[in-house]
Amino acid sequence: MNETTHITARHRDYTGSKIGMWLFLVTELCLFFGPVLLFAMNDIKYPTEFHAASGALDRTLGTLNTVILLTSSLTAALSVASVRRGNNSLAVFLLMMTIALGGVFLFNKYFEWGEKIAHGIYPGSPGLAKLSAGEAVFYGLYFFTTGLHALHVLAGMALLSVMSVLTAAGKVDKNDFIKLENSALYWHLVDIVWIYLFPLFYLIS
Amino acid sequence: MEITGNSYLQNEGRYNGIFSWIFSTDHKRIGILYLVSILSFFAAGVSLGFLMRLEFLTRGATIMEAATYNSVFTLHGVIMIFFFIIPVTPSVFGNFFLPILIGAKDVSFPKLNLLSWWFYLAGAALALLSLVLGPADTGWTFYAPYSLRTGTYVSIAVFAVFILGFSSILTGINFVTTVHRLRAPGMTFWRMPLFVWAIYATAWIQIIATPILGVNLLLVIAERVFGIGVFDPAKGGDPILYQHLFWIYSHPAVYIMILPGMGIISEVLPVFARKVVFGYRAIAYSTIGIAAVGSLVWGHHMFVSGYSYTAGVIFSMFTFLVAIPSAIKVFNWVGTLYKGSIEGGTPFLFALAFIFLFSIGGLTGLILGALSLNVHLHDTYFVVSHFHYIKFGGAGFAFFAGLHYWSPKMFGRLYNKKTANWSCLILFSGFNMLFFPMLILGMEGMPRRYYDYLPQYANLHLISIVGSWVLVSGLIIMFANLIYSVFKGERAGANPWGGATLEWQVPSPPPKENFETIPEVSRGPYDFTDLRK
Repeated sequence: MNETTHITARHRDYTGSKIGMWLFLVTELCLFFGPVLLFAMNDIKYPTEFHAASGALDRTLGTLNTVILLTSSLTAALSVASVRRGNNSLAVFLLMMTIALGGVFLFNKYFEWGEKIAHGIYPGSPGLAKLSAGEAVFYGLYFFTTGLHALHVLAGMALLSVMSVLTAAGKVDKNDFIKLENSALYWHLVDIVWIYLFPLFYLIS
Repeated sequence: MEITGNSYLQNEGRYNGIFSWIFSTDHKRIGILYLVSILSFFAAGVSLGFLMRLEFLTRGATIMEAATYNSVFTLHGVIMIFFFIIPVTPSVFGNFFLPILIGAKDVSFPKLNLLSWWFYLAGAALALLSLVLGPADTGWTFYAPYSLRTGTYVSIAVFAVFILGFSSILTGINFVTTVHRLRAPGMTFWRMPLFVWAIYATAWIQIIATPILGVNLLLVIAERVFGIGVFDPAKGGDPILYQHLFWIYSHPAVYIMILPGMGIISEVLPVFARKVVFGYRAIAYSTIGIAAVGSLVWGHHMFVSGYSYTAGVIFSMFTFLVAIPSAIKVFNWVGTLYKGSIEGGTPFLFALAFIFLFSIGGLTGLILGALSLNVHLHDTYFVVSHFHYIKFGGAGFAFFAGLHYWSPKMFGRLYNKKTANWSCLILFSGFNMLFFPMLILGMEGMPRRYYDYLPQYANLHLISIVGSWVLVSGLIIMFANLIYSVFKGERAGANPWGGATLEWQVPSPPPKENFETIPEVSRGPYDFTDLRK
């Protein structure tokens, strides 16, 4: 209980910051719960159309992206571990790698979307209107959900860039690394959301 | 305002004047920022409501055309719900009193706290922008597919609400963390004041439910801008799913509105009855119970939307279940008064008004929760009256009770008690005169959201309109009295009501960091033994 006075005295509360971050991650999961629920309901309504549309997605590229994002989560976790061991330069390198992998993920995503758009499949397109209702809804959800996820990837990359600057400047070190740790947690969230989206859109049908 | 001593109203920060407020991370100053900005919106919402009533003075267009009326009821709903009643009690009293009540110097994340107020302002600016460009005419629910097709600036209004969601979420995260991390030594969970319990449960709802509304609103924007077609039946989408996602948030949001109000009532009654609250644990558990069961009743807004009969029965059952924890609270409040040595004060009068109005709101809610009756009453004035009894009669009156209970602490000045008592009586009469006829109108079949009516409804509408005038006069008297007191009122001592919770142990207004030394808590919040001596 003396902890309380301690916390207010130095205005720094490691556990408190972690609780706050986890609560924020809960809100992010709830955010993605919406589209996933819509997907489930529509999948029940249009089983064959969803099957067809899902088969038309590029599974190889999807799998590749999953591997890339999982690896980036590893490098993010390792960067926290190296800061805790006092090795800031290694941490900066690992953060850079994480950001780069995030970039590769988005690059692949760009090609994946580009290929669909080249075939005239994008929200509001005449090509989409020619498809069956179920497939149109599938692609609507596909673009919305992966787009929302891509925005989170971008946000995560921005966050990690700030962290690598702070780590390089020594503002984050082995005595005070909560900012970096929370940012890495955010990156893991981006990863874990994808781990659910990937089978949902590409595999289950 | 004349300021003495080391109060938070004194300026010692980095900035001067207005900047010492809008860049302050002091939870008390942020509470006041919210108070001022939220009450400005309340004034706008009341004016719109007043005009809507006035429109019914004669049949046909009286002061506005049908299209204007659509925009006015949409704005009234959006402002009152998202800008006033959802944030008001958590953001004003939660910010100001939560840390003091648990014996902390501030919330866990003071900077995030300030950021959440800035998000509120950003949302407000966007809402005003949509007002200038051409206000939405969808109703505050933004139901698809109309919200996808109407030519008004729905996207901006929807985005404003989305931004407000950030404000709500950040406040929720802050409060949950604060309650877990910053309680004073000896302040166990079972020694927390019931207001803290209420804010804590509310914060959880804010965290879990708000993002779902957020993504739903994003989908509406994506639909309007890119045409993704998920809610558009013409493109294979399903508008019923919009309603589901909307109410998954917006029903729990009703509890975001009412739970903190119930918390205020649970603070006021024991103090004015000079008696420990009856069934402390029952009230605390029922708070959690309402938060939990309340998350499973959203479907009762959709009984006639066209889902399966089984779903209707289940949602109806949960709706009846949620009445149990609410009733537990009402019985415990009344039980608290039994054999208490009651001292009538303005906060107490407002609390009594709350219990009466909330009971009417709750009981009419059960009528609406019954499947068969709902078909008859759906989208009538009965519904309008019911939710005003809950939100205004319940949450609103509880907020007024809180204002009269805590304003001496916040500003260190007492208001004129006689005027305050009269304003309570006028508000109470005006409120019932305005909304009770609506229950009858609804049963007779007057539909909501119409700007015109059949001749047989004229008399009841007239009573209701006069009621709105009485209500508005009551509001003017009440706020005039409070605002006057803030500047010119008699000085309030540290403990004008004889409360036993921690906020009454610090001077009025509270000093900058609340406590010189963090207090040691050794007993529950409603132990008045020391005060009797």
